[in-house]
Formats: sequence, structure tokens, C-alpha cells
Amino acid sequence: MKNINYLILGTIFGLALTKGEAISWFRIQEMFRFESFHMFGIFMTAIPTGAFGLFLIRKLKLKTLDGASIEMPVKQYHHGVIIGSLIFGFGWALTGACPGPLYAQIGSGSLVTTVTLLSAVAGTWMYGRIQKYLPD
Amino acid sequence: MYTLNSPWPWYIAGPIIGLTVPLLLILGNKKLGISSTLRQICAACLPTNIPLFQYDWRRDSWNLFFVVGVLLGGAIGGVIFANPEPVNISSSTVAYLQSFGLQDLTGLMPTELFNWKAFATTKGFCLMILGGFMVGFGTRYARGCTSGHGILGLSALQWPSLLATMSFFAGGILFSHFVLPRILTL
Repeated sequence: MKNINYLILGTIFGLALTKGEAISWFRIQEMFRFESFHMFGIFMTAIPTGAFGLFLIRKLKLKTLDGASIEMPVKQYHHGVIIGSLIFGFGWALTGACPGPLYAQIGSGSLVTTVTLLSAVAGTWMYGRIQKYLPD
Repeated sequence: MYTLNSPWPWYIAGPIIGLTVPLLLILGNKKLGISSTLRQICAACLPTNIPLFQYDWRRDSWNLFFVVGVLLGGAIGGVIFANPEPVNISSSTVAYLQSFGLQDLTGLMPTELFNWKAFATTKGFCLMILGGFMVGFGTRYARGCTSGHGILGLSALQWPSLLATMSFFAGGILFSHFVLPRILTL
């Protein structure tokens, strides 16, 4: 039952998103209007923390719990990185949620967000459906 | 005074969010990326014969456990230890939202906009259905969202993730300033 580890880590992640108010529609509007440092503070501490963790993994040649060597994440460029992200940004401003906060919003009692999440699944499905017609 | 119900400052929430990146790798070479779960749900429920959904989604079932955790985290932070105070957003954001007639700024979400009855209105349809659709469509097109590109990709100094992050911020700023006001006045 290794999956229990991911459940626990996900819970901590969701708790930090929620208690940090990163799942709040109000905070997202405030962020896009540059009217507070709060959300930028979250990004500007999360990213260096992640980067430092990756640095340590590389420096100390850390292994996974199973003893496997750790593969560093690689992100390839394709045009969707720009076009898709723009579309995602449009949606983020309206829903006040990126995919992680969608789940956390539901947990936090906004049950109506279930429909937003289902709509996001529909959006993903539609992308898969028309992918071959879009510039990659 | 701080209690268990108090919201966390950014310098507590941010580092914990960032720590999930190395911890997932150490737990089992897993890469933070929540929009992938939307693809998994498609592959599990409605793959039809779409190539994007023809893969062994069970191999990544860890991620489904992760997002169930995210949901539980939302319940712990937003229900059990809910902050009784409204989110402490800046007074200029409050004034701006009130200028559209929003009265109830308590809780994490504006319930005047996000509620079951609102689906019948154009406003609610745009915010929830259209908004959600664009989140799902855009993140899969970009092959990543705020977690996969914004946190993991930037932590790993991947330049495509920097482009993605700049793009979703640009899209959000654009819609928040020019489109949301029109929807809120519908």
C-alpha cells in the first residue's frame, strides 16, 4: 500500500493550498490585479524550496525509498506550452482555481465546484478529441 | 493570535507546497502534476479511441491517491479548521469586487457567484462551466498546470515551464481585467 504515502503527501499539499488561501477565488482575483504580495509570496517561496530540494537530490545522489536512482523532470517545448497555458489562464481567472485547487475547493465545502471539475475533465477530453487539428 | 483555524502566511504555505516536489521524487520518482489526473479520469471513464487517452492510466494511480489527499486537505483546512474570518484580501480588491454588487466576501469562494442555482444564469455558466472547460482544455494542451509547470518545472529550471507560467499569468491577468468585469455585470 505505497499509495497511502501519496494520499498523505497530497493531504499535506491540499492543506497548505487551503490554509495558504491559494484556493480562494478572492485571492486569485487579488493576485491578477497585483493588489497583494500574498500569492506571489507563495510562488516565490515554493519554487526555490523545490529547486533546493532537487539540488540536494542531485548533490547527494539521493535514491528513492526503493533505492532507484531519481530521474530529474524534463519539460519539452511545444507550441501548446504557450497557447494552452493562455487558455488555461483565461479559465483560471474565471474559476479562481487551477486543477489542484479544484479538488481542494470541493473538499473545503464548495460542492458546486464538482461541476467545474467535471467541466475541466470535459475540456481535457475535448482537447484529446481535436488534438490532431491543433498546432502542437 | 494564531489558532489552528488561522490562515497560514505565504512563507509557511509556500515552502510546504515546494517541498512536495523533492518528496514525491524520493517516495517513488513521481512528478508533481495535478492536471494529469484530468487525463487519467478521461482515460478511465471515456477513452473511446482517442490516442491521448490510450495509455495505462492505472500505472499512474498514485496521482489519483494524491488528489484524493488534496481534497481531504481541503476538508481539514476548509471545514474542520475553517477560518471564521473572511479572507484578508486587500481593501482595493474588496472595493473593486463590491463595485459589481458582490456583498458576501466571506469564505474562500463567493457563494453569490458559485452556487447550484447560478448554472441557470449566463454569469454562472461562464464562471463555472466555461471557466472549468478552459482550465481542462488549456492545461492538457500545455501538458501541465500551475503545479506541473509553475512549481515542478520552474524548480527544475525548465525553460518551457517558464514560458508556460508567463503565458498562464498573462491569460489570467487579461481575463481578470477585461473579461471578468463584463461577466460580472451580465
